[in-house]
Amino acid sequence: MADARVRHGPQGGRPEGLEGFVSDWGSDQRTFKKVSWGKAMMWIFLLSDTFVFSIFLVSYMSARSSTVDAWPNASEVFALHIGGADLPLILIAIMTFVLISSSGTMAMAVNCAYRKQRRNTALLMIATAALGATFVGMQAFEWSKLISEGVRPWGNPWGAAQFGASFFMITGFHGTHVSIGVIFLLIVAARVWKGDFDSGRRSWLCREKGDYEAVEIMGLYWHFVDLVWVFIFAFFYLW
Amino acid sequence: MANVSDRPDAGIPPAEVPDLPLPHPHTWWGRYVFSQDAKYIAIQYSGTAIAIGLVGLVLSWLMRLQLGFPGIFDFITPEAYYQFITMHGMIMVIYLLTAIFLGGFGNYLIPLMVGARDMVFPFVNMLSYWIYLLAVLVLVASFFVPGGPTGAGWTLYPPQAILSGTPGGQGAGIILMLVSLILFIIGFTMGGLNYVVTVLQARTRGMTLMRMPLTVWGIFTATVMALLAFPALFVACVMMLFDRLLGTSFFMPALVELGETLSYGGGSPIVFQHLFWFFGHPEVYIVALPAFGIVSDLISVHARKNIFGYRMMVWAIVIIGALSFIVWAHHMYVSGMHPYFGFFFATTTLIIAVPTAIKVYNWVLTLWKGDIHLTLPMLFAIAFIVTFANGGLTGLFLGNVVVDVPLSDTMFVVAHFHMVMGVAPILVIFGAIYHWYPKMTGRMLNEAMGQIHFWVTFIGAYAIFFPMHYVGLVGVPRRYPEIDASFITTPVAGLNAFISVAALVVGAAQVLFLFNLLWSLRAGRAAGPNPWRACSLEWQTPDTPPVHGNWGKDLPVVYRWAYDYSVPGAPEDFIAQNDPGPRIEKDVPL
Repeated sequence: MADARVRHGPQGGRPEGLEGFVSDWGSDQRTFKKVSWGKAMMWIFLLSDTFVFSIFLVSYMSARSSTVDAWPNASEVFALHIGGADLPLILIAIMTFVLISSSGTMAMAVNCAYRKQRRNTALLMIATAALGATFVGMQAFEWSKLISEGVRPWGNPWGAAQFGASFFMITGFHGTHVSIGVIFLLIVAARVWKGDFDSGRRSWLCREKGDYEAVEIMGLYWHFVDLVWVFIFAFFYLW
Repeated sequence: MANVSDRPDAGIPPAEVPDLPLPHPHTWWGRYVFSQDAKYIAIQYSGTAIAIGLVGLVLSWLMRLQLGFPGIFDFITPEAYYQFITMHGMIMVIYLLTAIFLGGFGNYLIPLMVGARDMVFPFVNMLSYWIYLLAVLVLVASFFVPGGPTGAGWTLYPPQAILSGTPGGQGAGIILMLVSLILFIIGFTMGGLNYVVTVLQARTRGMTLMRMPLTVWGIFTATVMALLAFPALFVACVMMLFDRLLGTSFFMPALVELGETLSYGGGSPIVFQHLFWFFGHPEVYIVALPAFGIVSDLISVHARKNIFGYRMMVWAIVIIGALSFIVWAHHMYVSGMHPYFGFFFATTTLIIAVPTAIKVYNWVLTLWKGDIHLTLPMLFAIAFIVTFANGGLTGLFLGNVVVDVPLSDTMFVVAHFHMVMGVAPILVIFGAIYHWYPKMTGRMLNEAMGQIHFWVTFIGAYAIFFPMHYVGLVGVPRRYPEIDASFITTPVAGLNAFISVAALVVGAAQVLFLFNLLWSLRAGRAAGPNPWRACSLEWQTPDTPPVHGNWGKDLPVVYRWAYDYSVPGAPEDFIAQNDPGPRIEKDVPL
């Protein structure tokens, strides 16, 4: 018991230094104070998902650095022929711009959600979903263009077969994330629009009550998907 | 005595989150089938895991029949044998052990032990079980497709996993296996997020992290590891599925099969091995850490003594979890990797022995001068310590590159990992079921049947795996479907037959255990709320078995750690965690 007194400092208050840090973390009820269950769950899910994307990218890098065939030149493969000139990466630049913009509208939606501006929140979320859908649409265009030029998961006209395999797998997995995000954005936007978060009405399926924080949690996911795209852009298109 | 005041809950902070209403089901389906109560989900998880585990058990019988008595059982062709080892391994490691420790014990014990009403997102938790069940069904379906299940070995190494020479390689077997694993990971992630957030954010007043029972620490750390390790298996499964279905060459080098050049080329099978073991080694500890935690609690309760070195036990769990992410390539010493890699991974592997040894010493020191009650849970706990120490010692052999290389792919390896991650965790599962069954059902398991089950299982497991080390040392390789007397010496053939008979007997004892589970449901002795006189919160519920919501009107308040046994001066030999009781401060702040 003498031991306990030493650890708790002179006033019997909280311990200091590293012990204080650990005891704060380990304090009762909640490790992360003022973080709701939903938000904590999304953060931990994103950590796990980070591992998924990291491992996808590391596998791609290992395939690319160990292949003996030439790797197709990204600035030629991903160029568009517009107005008589080949513009390298022009489509990807637009896609990136669209996705980053959607993060902007998402952030505005979160801001409005905090002010409980029902209409603005819903409209900004729908705008975000529209930008996301535009991104997926442009990705579909990019895929069909490459497929028409002969790129397949098992080969392509310019070099290493792993190019097509990695491209379709990684952008496809990211595109799936964006598509799922669009669907959930629309679901949450519909709940905002109906006023569920003002009236406390429960959702029809899982009977959760939900509040405006759902918008912010949705935003965490959306910004994450956006951030992942930056890495895919850097490692796949710019390398 | 600076912190002690006369008010019992002085120093316990007020509730930070208001009590949330639970969605109480009104229909039979909602209550018993699509239940959102973690306790029901736990029982569903455990029941499914045990059912598929029985399939794994029967497969091991078939393998042992073939190995012990080669040439007698005509229906066990080499192809069938490969399918048996593959499915046995996958079922036992993933669908039984992982599912029952995290989905079963995690679901049942976490909310009760930290004083929560339920998991934080019961609906997601329910989905987790149903996706797990779907994964199991897809796995079982592979037994019924043309060509049968995959026979690639439980590690599914490419390129052979998806070639026509391997059973199921060009059929649907490997596809269903990979799809089932992907489903399992998705389902597990849903449950795992629940377990982690419940431990971090939904504890009751007074339940600091350093007052949690070690069971919760073990399951929590294992779940965090699983959330970071399963992504590697997920990615590997997706990529191999593409190799098989779309003709990509992630893992497939240029190959000639039966004189025919395949269209694959340029991929690296080694990358799969890295991805698989980046998942596979943490997986060992995903199974072991919950067992460590549970066994600590069993020993403390049944030796009526506080756990020795609680703080070190917690840190050891966390350190083992962290270290297990940087040892994976010790499974790949013979893959042709750079010798310096082997040096690095051998070093990290041996370093893990330090925190693990701390745990073993602390268990033994907890027993030291304890009031040891040789109840069934205690017997299983002691059997675990012995078995785990034995398996750990052979781990030191295999962790060293020079010793591992000649022992690689022999029965020695099989004996090692069955001791350390097969038998040892299973013993803990049995002990845990004997320990918590009274809380789950209100009745004790039959003691006589339990004693027979324990002694047959314990001695039988040693009869199986001790001789197997020797069989491996003399050079009998693993994964050979037929080892007849022309290939090995007569004594080794005799040992093989002996091992097989022991395996049949041990398997039969498990049927007695399952009978006991069902029989005691009706005929078991009434247990009362706290038959073991244990401190931790799950024994302090107002109802036994606990009802939906666990705690009645008010959540419990926690005043002490979970190990106040035989406290001098206390009226009883245990003080429950929610008992303000005598002013004896046993807090562990760090």
